[in-house]
Amino acid sequence: MSASTSLKTGRGRAGAYFKRLMWPLIVLAALLIVNVAVTGFDFLIPDVHDDRLSGAFVNILRRAAPLLLIALGMTLVIATKGIDLSVGAVYAIGAAIACQYLMSRDQSSIGAVVFAVALALAIAAVIGAWNGTMVAYFGVQPIVATLILMIAGRGIAQLITGGHIPTVGDTSPFVELGRGAIGTVPVPIWIAAAVFAALVLLTRTTALGMLLESVGGNPEASRLAGVRSKGITILVYLITGACAGLAGILGAANLGSADANNGGLWIELDAILAVVIGGTALIGGRFFLVGTTIGVVIIGTLEVTIINVGLSSQWQFTAKAIVVFIVAMLQSPEFRAWVLRPFRSRRARRSPAEPTPEPAPEKAPVT
Amino acid sequence: MSSTTLTERPTRSTVFDGLSRYIPIGATVALLVAMYLGGIARYPNFDNPQLIPDLFIGNAGLLIVAVGMTFVIISGGIDLSVGSVMAFSTMACAWLTVDAGLPASVAVPAVLAFGIASGAFTGAVIHYFNVQPFIATLAGLFLYRGLTLQISDHDVSIREIDFFSWGMERVEFGEPRDGGFSLPYISFIAFAVVIVAFVVLHYTRFGRSVYAVGGSEQSALLMGLPVARTKISVYAVSGFCAALGGVIAAFYTKSANPLAGVGFELDAIAAVVVGGTLLTGGAGFVLGTVAGVMVMGMLSTIIAFQGNLSSWWARIVVGVLLLAFILLQRVLARSGERKRKA
Repeated sequence: MSASTSLKTGRGRAGAYFKRLMWPLIVLAALLIVNVAVTGFDFLIPDVHDDRLSGAFVNILRRAAPLLLIALGMTLVIATKGIDLSVGAVYAIGAAIACQYLMSRDQSSIGAVVFAVALALAIAAVIGAWNGTMVAYFGVQPIVATLILMIAGRGIAQLITGGHIPTVGDTSPFVELGRGAIGTVPVPIWIAAAVFAALVLLTRTTALGMLLESVGGNPEASRLAGVRSKGITILVYLITGACAGLAGILGAANLGSADANNGGLWIELDAILAVVIGGTALIGGRFFLVGTTIGVVIIGTLEVTIINVGLSSQWQFTAKAIVVFIVAMLQSPEFRAWVLRPFRSRRARRSPAEPTPEPAPEKAPVT
Repeated sequence: MSSTTLTERPTRSTVFDGLSRYIPIGATVALLVAMYLGGIARYPNFDNPQLIPDLFIGNAGLLIVAVGMTFVIISGGIDLSVGSVMAFSTMACAWLTVDAGLPASVAVPAVLAFGIASGAFTGAVIHYFNVQPFIATLAGLFLYRGLTLQISDHDVSIREIDFFSWGMERVEFGEPRDGGFSLPYISFIAFAVVIVAFVVLHYTRFGRSVYAVGGSEQSALLMGLPVARTKISVYAVSGFCAALGGVIAAFYTKSANPLAGVGFELDAIAAVVVGGTLLTGGAGFVLGTVAGVMVMGMLSTIIAFQGNLSSWWARIVVGVLLLAFILLQRVLARSGERKRKA
């Protein structure tokens, strides 16, 4: 793990960090400039309405909060060379549990809301731990292990809701989780920021981050080095499950209802896209939570930009496809070599500061 | 290469070499028979001779797409774009014939050729630029869904085009009263795809290369097999099958829905895995996929017969089946490793 950021000195680490984040930041800046050019500076500047911040950009952040939660968990999973396809289904399950529990109880009581949220989070975490167990103890490929719940999960969510869409009244404290504000800042932004801060502290001030990267970089080597990779694997899937459940709760609170079929549809793909945009390579071994956050904001801004520049909302799929394609190409060493080949004679050697991509493993061993 | 060390256990087990490689497909067939017999025992009219043929009518598109997916998965890849390509093909058929006024005999081959080309392009990106199949086909998933929505964001009817009524014309096999049944032409297209895929995958040089690449790309390369050609071809096959699935859907529904086939890739992957194909590549059967598709079709039939079960049970049961088959594969792989060690 030569490129592991945690092993670098303070200055080198900051430099590498900036280099990693440069491209996502440039893309985000470009998107913001386009928006400002079209709609004026009001786009960026938040104003205060009814004791809460509003404005186009604040709304983007507020709406992106569930995606951010899921993408942060996904970042950790991808750092261990895994992937979690079931987050969209867990989102639906979390939303379904919280709303279904509240529907038949006193919605205005804080206690019921707290219990509903805790119940949904606990079950989402158990589902995540199950995914992790499949990967760590049964040795099932992550994409396969989580595919099971991706397929079955929405069925489970519909089972919980009985095929209906449970609703929570506007007066319930539950909807404040999605629509309320604390100190003028919307609650979802607070929650997403708190989870982000917790994960950054957890992974960068303790050894956990380095252990994650070592498990993702070379599972066999880290096992021989005495890293308890199985526990770590279960932990990251558990965190991702809980994050997905929390995202579902935020989404349901915002809408006041839980749609088992369409809630969080394709959010797993958006989350993976955000992680990849943020510079975390899918081959595992390193991760950038800040990059993921920027990736999420880029996706949220992209969706608004498409509307603002006067394209129909159907363009958002095409735009995402183009972003996926460009990012995949930029991350591919073979593509860069192919593009740079005409310049190879002049630039014989790459600058050493550039993080050298590890060779992609040709195949995950079936052990 | 990077993870091959002396301390490591053999990465490829002997399991799927011997007779035990038929265990997953045997389990699938046994399950299918059990479901059928259970259905006959429980529900009247379940022994209707038309029941089995009906599985091949409603699931003709899934069968074709899953066969294409079998190639990709055996080669060690995955294709997430099939649902979107399918919807795009249906929509393109409708657009070319209804709006552009082209004859269907031009539009359909054009759509199929497009499917091959787009699959080959995806395969080339995956092979030459070493992009993960998951990501490359994810771009396809978004792109073709977006293009479909851009052609039309509402249903387009192709009822007026005479060509598309051909597909559902039925061929009778005996009188329905004495155990006869009928099949539309789209089922025969699906059968043809299965037979061609079976022969190609199991009896041609290309087919053997697909298995070799899925088993170990490095070894296949060192053996001098055409890895690039094989990898690009499997995605072209999958693209073709997805486009053909879209054409079949045009025959079947006589309309093009921009949101058709959302999540279809998951059904196809599930059918392939239930059919005994190893998701890590290198082992599997075309006929297993047929059995997998039939299990899924039988499942929805039973739920329809039961009447009071909701459709979401199908998803849960498919998930449980997937879990069972994946664990079965793991157990077989582990016992094979143990045998080899001893």
